[in-house]
Amino acid sequence: MREICASFDEIAGLRERNAIALKVAKDRGRKVVGTYCLFSPVELIVAAGAIPVSLCGTSATPIPAAEKVLPRSLCPLIKSSYGFALTDTCPFFHFSDLLLAETTCDGKKKMYELLGRMKPLHLMQLPQVQDEAALEYWVLELKRLTRRLEQAFDVQITPEKLAAAVLLLNEERRSLKALQDLLKRKPAPISGMDLLTVLHNRGFTVDKREAIGLIDRLTAELAGLSDNGFSPFTSRTPRILLTGVPVGIGSEKVVRLVEELGGSVVCFESCGAYKKVDPVLPGKDLLRSIAEKYLRVPCSCMSPNTGRLQLLEKLVQEFQADGVIDLTWQGCHTYNVESFTVKRHLQETVQVPFLQIETDYSESDTEQLKVRIEAFLEVIGTRRGGRP
Amino acid sequence: MVAAGIDIGSTGTKAVLFDGEIRASIVVPTGWDPKAAGLEAFRQALDCAGIAEGDVHSIVGTGYGRVSLPIFDRKVTEITCHARGAHFLHPETRSVIDIGGQDSKVISVDEHGRVAEFAMNDKCAAGTGRFLQVMAGVLDVSLEQLGQLAVGATPARISSMCAVFAESEVIGLLARGADKGSIAAGIFHSIAGRIQGLAGKVTLSHRVTFSGGVALNRELCSAIGASLGVDMCVPHAPQMVGALGAAIMGFEA
Repeated sequence: MREICASFDEIAGLRERNAIALKVAKDRGRKVVGTYCLFSPVELIVAAGAIPVSLCGTSATPIPAAEKVLPRSLCPLIKSSYGFALTDTCPFFHFSDLLLAETTCDGKKKMYELLGRMKPLHLMQLPQVQDEAALEYWVLELKRLTRRLEQAFDVQITPEKLAAAVLLLNEERRSLKALQDLLKRKPAPISGMDLLTVLHNRGFTVDKREAIGLIDRLTAELAGLSDNGFSPFTSRTPRILLTGVPVGIGSEKVVRLVEELGGSVVCFESCGAYKKVDPVLPGKDLLRSIAEKYLRVPCSCMSPNTGRLQLLEKLVQEFQADGVIDLTWQGCHTYNVESFTVKRHLQETVQVPFLQIETDYSESDTEQLKVRIEAFLEVIGTRRGGRP
Repeated sequence: MVAAGIDIGSTGTKAVLFDGEIRASIVVPTGWDPKAAGLEAFRQALDCAGIAEGDVHSIVGTGYGRVSLPIFDRKVTEITCHARGAHFLHPETRSVIDIGGQDSKVISVDEHGRVAEFAMNDKCAAGTGRFLQVMAGVLDVSLEQLGQLAVGATPARISSMCAVFAESEVIGLLARGADKGSIAAGIFHSIAGRIQGLAGKVTLSHRVTFSGGVALNRELCSAIGASLGVDMCVPHAPQMVGALGAAIMGFEA
């Protein structure tokens, strides 16, 4: 991909370059807010003139350090996020002036109590149901965050700044959606691994406008390549939709295996990817519109979480997925339990083969995962009338 | 037309020659060299059937060692192979329970012998042949003896499914003077419980075939059958089902 697509190369190097860019921005007096989750209302951070950075841990490296404090059986994402903070090995954590966190799952919630001992941390109380009363409460939580940011950074979040932030972030979502929608083409013009690399590295950009431009250029280049018949796959390659827990570089094991074994991951219905592209729909009260957007994130910490079922059903059809893999991190009870509901729903509606995988960030189960994924691709192959 | 199926598992390597019927069926220990074991099983199968290597038109590899042999024309996972093999032996089969040396699987099969869905144990020895080996080791008996010991015994309660914890539990039981027979029966119940949990994840029919080397142990088969509430159909040579399925796929390709 690097040889034929200039923008891809540029994006692949973003993470390193942006650690330096972030330091330069800090030296010039910019504030940095570290976030851990898609529920963080980034519009408020941007409107406060600060730089939002994602601190969600996707690497196994700091996990042994985290396990000195956290239980081994906890979700690797939580251990990784905490381990980076504990070992101070993530420049983006290091440069953060404030951490923004939400009460999503139990593991994260309690981990944030420990993180709060290391850096100033603002915890938003996230309701776990998506109704009117919850929205009222969530609006109040956004107001509380507004005050915290204004006091911490000595700024005022004016309606104008907020409106500009909404425009900017909706623009970012539009650009990310357009890129991911390219993979609706059959065959997909880019591998799931390459898409993941782009989505992951993009998360570390200091200048959002620059990143939007870069993503748009990449989308245009890929569309051109695809128009000329370029694809790493054929029209017979099994198309996999990956749902469940967030994945990034360092926790890409399952994506890599699917593609090494002859599949193509065409869609990530996870919070770093397609769940993220849902825009703010501006109404009379902008803060309320922002609150609505974030409260409707179809995460498994919500109960019930019917939004995820509807989104999956739609994405399976739009992306012409031949199979759905539901990835669960070990110790993630909400996604793990919800897998049963997802499987049943997909069987009753779109009727695609379904495979749940529970694993962690280590490589120890690679051989077993290979058997499962390869057998799953064989099931897809036979369903399409290939050799049994 | 003759096809070969070679199933290189963690414990045993199996080769089957198939030309519409089973012409040869060989098991050798895998040992430390899966490649050599695969070639050895293949050579013995050829000798046994009196067939020249050049007359074999397709060789299909399966099992953990399927990546290791360059002679394979095609590689298929053991999940697909066990489904095909079980379907050939018992066409009415709709579920296959395969317990091998290092993993266990429950496979749901359609009327053509194709996999509909499957569940496999997580990264853990619970409910596998390895678990049985460890337990037999603690009791200082062979796997066959373990089965004989369990006949008619009241199962001791072994609550742990982890091979390491269950080992401590068994040592504790022995220290308290429990008899080997009831411990052996308890071990089988523990595995049956684990398989029952796995079987809950796929649609289990009443027509279940039990494959894999562990199925040679009749006592374990009845313990699992009882815990699932189904009659288990155990092929004459359950450890050969995967290699057979591989050979059939080579034959039909």
